[in-house]
Amino acid sequence: MAALTTAAPEALAPVKARRTRPRYWRGAVLAIAGLYFVTPLLSSFVFTVHVPNQGLTFEAYSGILSADGFTESLFLSLSLAAATIALALLLVVPALVAVRLGPPRLRAVVEVVCMLPLVVPPIALVTGIATVLRWGPDHFSRTPLYQTFLAVQNESFPVVLVLAYTVLALPFVHRSLDAGLRAVDVPTLVEAARNCGASRLQVIVGVILPNLRSSLAGASFLTLALVLGEYTVASLLGFRPFAVWIVTVSGAEARMSVAVSLLSLLITWALLLVLSRAGTGSATTAVPAAAPTPVPGKE
Amino acid sequence: MTPSHPTAAPGPGAAPVKAGGRTRRRRPARAWLGALPLLVFAGLCFGLPAGALLYGAITRTDPVAGTTEFTGEHLQRSLQGPYLTSLTGSVELSALTAAIATVFGVLIAQAVVTSRRGALRGAVLTASGVLANFGGIPLAFAFVATLGISGVVTQLGHLDALGWNLYSFTGLTVIYLYFLIPLMVIVVVPALDGLRPQWREAARNTGATTWQFWRHVGLPVLAPSLLGGFVLLFGSAFAAHATAAALVGGSVPLVTLKIADALSGNVLVGQENVALALSLDMIVIAGLVMAVYLPLQRRSSRWLH
Repeated sequence: MAALTTAAPEALAPVKARRTRPRYWRGAVLAIAGLYFVTPLLSSFVFTVHVPNQGLTFEAYSGILSADGFTESLFLSLSLAAATIALALLLVVPALVAVRLGPPRLRAVVEVVCMLPLVVPPIALVTGIATVLRWGPDHFSRTPLYQTFLAVQNESFPVVLVLAYTVLALPFVHRSLDAGLRAVDVPTLVEAARNCGASRLQVIVGVILPNLRSSLAGASFLTLALVLGEYTVASLLGFRPFAVWIVTVSGAEARMSVAVSLLSLLITWALLLVLSRAGTGSATTAVPAAAPTPVPGKE
Repeated sequence: MTPSHPTAAPGPGAAPVKAGGRTRRRRPARAWLGALPLLVFAGLCFGLPAGALLYGAITRTDPVAGTTEFTGEHLQRSLQGPYLTSLTGSVELSALTAAIATVFGVLIAQAVVTSRRGALRGAVLTASGVLANFGGIPLAFAFVATLGISGVVTQLGHLDALGWNLYSFTGLTVIYLYFLIPLMVIVVVPALDGLRPQWREAARNTGATTWQFWRHVGLPVLAPSLLGGFVLLFGSAFAAHATAAALVGGSVPLVTLKIADALSGNVLVGQENVALALSLDMIVIAGLVMAVYLPLQRRSSRWLH
């Protein structure tokens, strides 16, 4: 607001002064912002390639692939992301189509259900999940259900993480797909396709989904970014996907952890840039879809 | 996207009432089926943990007798001593960072909106969309490399001699702003776009100074958006855990760190329920945030479009 107070006296000044004045504060604001946002990235890079008293080295990068646990944790994260994307889309797409065909009250119910995870921070969700998982050994150890508890927590592919991530991704996915479906007249399309003899599945796969390509891509990218960067839930449940691995490796290999952070950042950014360009060619659909939702995923 | 929202939204709701009354009456039973998997999933994977959390926060189980009774003891304890400190610490950090980010976000957004260069606007908006989604572990390590003990900027500027410490409340503030400011830019740009130049011209023509324009027209119109943005940033900072966990460990009292400590058994036995109670406290605060944000969001969109 400093700009406003300095701008106040110029209201009386001639028009010419008004044109040049705002440029200074605009330039200053953007320069400071640019400095603040670029410095950490630049110095991260410098940090990884410059070792004091040794000069330039790219060891931090070349060593990543052979680092202990890197490929396993990255593979785990990617497969978790794939499973989460599949599950989230399988759940939300039919629900949103149903909302447009069914009673109006269903719409409100689905919206509330998808937005509720916004109110529960990831750390609160994980305390709840940990409590439920503890019931396994406590109460169900002599029932067949116990096997389910064990299977869900399988080290090599923890299904419980897929379930938790899907919950965290619901608001993103719902928002993105809902925005996409808004441009589609679902009842008419469905009726037309049904009249032409299409089955329910054919309607969804052949008619609805092609209309949603860009929102499906958007939802998938956001979910991928969320799962790749997720730390809270995984670390507290004791699993070791990518983000947790970065933290474990940071103790012994500070440079490498920064290098991996930088790389994962650039990859995530590239994904999000693709997303904002994707589909109907408008950053306008992608940015607002991504905008208010980072609340729950943010850690 | 926003203009299409009000026009398209009534479509599905309004059209079937007139034209498709018959179809709608024929199908509700099956339509529910499409939403059923989602509802079952939400009940199981969200409702069950949330219920377990609530139940654990307000009950006590006697380990010997195995009986369970309701108690306010955990909630009470979660609002005392170190737990209270961590809650207020989190609230303070979130409020401070959200306030600073609101101011800077609005300044950047205003600089972009008033700029006549379209490329600048596109670049800043895209960068904000990307940066706002950036958080967690990589952010923490990027700042360790920059302003940490052996960070590049710390070494270059000899900041440690000046008493700089990244692993502190101030350090966390600097880091949180990195994702909060872009978030504010995204939230507030549509609102600033909605401020019509005609209003400004009208104010000038009736003799208002720039200050008077902002005081009586600009800020009142923007107020719901600004407050809504602030609340959203608050919620975002409040729920943040990974960055702080990777960075400060336990040196800054934050409620998310306390919960994580209690969960991973770094505290006395029997504190799990306090972790649940703390989580419940967090949910209440996050719920309040949403309860403030959503009506403001609706109100500002009504005003500005």
